[in-house]
Amino acid sequence: MKNIKNLFIEKSIHLFLLISVSITILTTLAVIVLLGKESIAFFSEVSIISFLFGTNWSPLIEPQSFGVLPLVCGTMWIVFGSVIFAVPVGLLVAVYLSEYASDKVKSFLKPILELLAGIPTVVYGYFALTFITPLMKWFNPEIEVFNAASGAIVVGIMILPMIASLCDDAFSAVPSSIKQGGYALGANTFEVIKDILIPATKSRIGAATVLAVSRAIGETMAVTLAAGATARLTGDPFGSIQTMTAYIVQVTMGDAPAGGVEYLSSFAVGTLLFLMTLVMNIIGNQWVFKSRIRVV
Amino acid sequence: MSASASENSEIILETKDLNVFYGDKQAIHSVNMQVKKGTVAALIGPSGCGKSTFLRSLNRMNDFVSTARVDGKVFYQGKNLYSKKVDPVELRSQIGMVFQKPNPFPKSIYKNITWGPKINGFTGDMDLLVEKSLKRAALWGEVKDRLHDSAFDLSGGQQQRLCIARTIAMNPDVILMDEPCSALDPRSTQAIEDLITELKRRYTIIIVTHNMQQAGRISDETYFFHEGNLIESGDTKQIFTKPSVQMTEDYITGRFG
Repeated sequence: MKNIKNLFIEKSIHLFLLISVSITILTTLAVIVLLGKESIAFFSEVSIISFLFGTNWSPLIEPQSFGVLPLVCGTMWIVFGSVIFAVPVGLLVAVYLSEYASDKVKSFLKPILELLAGIPTVVYGYFALTFITPLMKWFNPEIEVFNAASGAIVVGIMILPMIASLCDDAFSAVPSSIKQGGYALGANTFEVIKDILIPATKSRIGAATVLAVSRAIGETMAVTLAAGATARLTGDPFGSIQTMTAYIVQVTMGDAPAGGVEYLSSFAVGTLLFLMTLVMNIIGNQWVFKSRIRVV
Repeated sequence: MSASASENSEIILETKDLNVFYGDKQAIHSVNMQVKKGTVAALIGPSGCGKSTFLRSLNRMNDFVSTARVDGKVFYQGKNLYSKKVDPVELRSQIGMVFQKPNPFPKSIYKNITWGPKINGFTGDMDLLVEKSLKRAALWGEVKDRLHDSAFDLSGGQQQRLCIARTIAMNPDVILMDEPCSALDPRSTQAIEDLITELKRRYTIIIVTHNMQQAGRISDETYFFHEGNLIESGDTKQIFTKPSVQMTEDYITGRFG
């Protein structure tokens, strides 16, 4: 009797787990099918070449033009700006947390970092619009209200906790015996960090950077609010731009009638975005994987 | 006692009423010890007797344990290591340390050796230094053709000899060894023991070991610790044949520990 009951429980748990797993797989498949179907519809009207290499993005205003490069340019401004800010600062925060901070300071700082990571992105958008941009205009009044730099800074602040926490994890994974070996040779803390800790964790720092890049690529609300909605292939970070994500928001908010080519274009942009983050995540995961094999 | 020690019985390291605390708990009770230059001193005693803690207070590695507090004096070349004037970073370049488990850096064999001298301002011929250090650590023959391979590719015993080589490369006066053979197989242990006997002509060695035969084989003087107290110390032969304290005899004959 007990055996039958156990068997039943065992089977139902198995089934339950299987359902949970299939939900995630089915969702991914559904997203891919949806993006693919609508993208195919889009590319039956616009050629892939003119989409990928066109330099004019004007889907809502006649004459229509679907060159995606201005949107990619907007996204790249956000990615490079935020990563250049967040990776060095995140690394320094992690170095401080793991090597210099006392347990007391650490127990105070870690929750703050986690809090920073938990703030809704739309709030970050407001923060950029009402604090960072005015601060920048205080230095230079010429700067536009919506600008790429403000968006990049705020996305940098958003991804900072993730980088700091990943690097901190990487540093803690270095056995303390190796660090002690360094100190026992008459090294100071800085030399141990520079020559032992960072080289030993460089692949994990690289992985953290790649994951940060893919988060910055996908970031939507904050950049929509901070960086504007002007698709421009521009070298000026202090002017308004439009990122790929911000364009999708614009279309789905009702700026384009469903079914039209301008509506379909948001799916093509979405597919490109999906592929970009997918590639970054694969690179990032491989880096982490490689570094696991390498012990430290 | 070794020949060099009897020729030159200069005291190189001396502790005076050394106490070590971890938080409220006292780990070392008022230990006095004098180590002569060019000798091997073995610290023995049951697990948890404080011998490693004591060893780590001799090059201020206990500084990295936030709860540790040291009270008393350690004289090295006449200077108190715990005086404010002494820079622990510089001190550790003169008193080297080999750890219980081999802990090579995640770098090449070559760079494992050159890193310490490099950060401490060595400007001589690095290739020569690497060769000399590896030869003294009895590892040269096994690695000379693959100096730029990762140190992690070596076996445990080779890694430990590499750690000894990188310590030697700093040309220290004193080498502290914390159970350097406890993670090694018998053949590697044999190699390290031979090495220690060879090294003591140039360096003073203080070694913690839980292996009494090892202490008997390689040391000139033996210090027996129990529960943070130095129970008995003296010439190794004498300690092992005619200990003057009953507890030492009980430990050496294997009645406890």
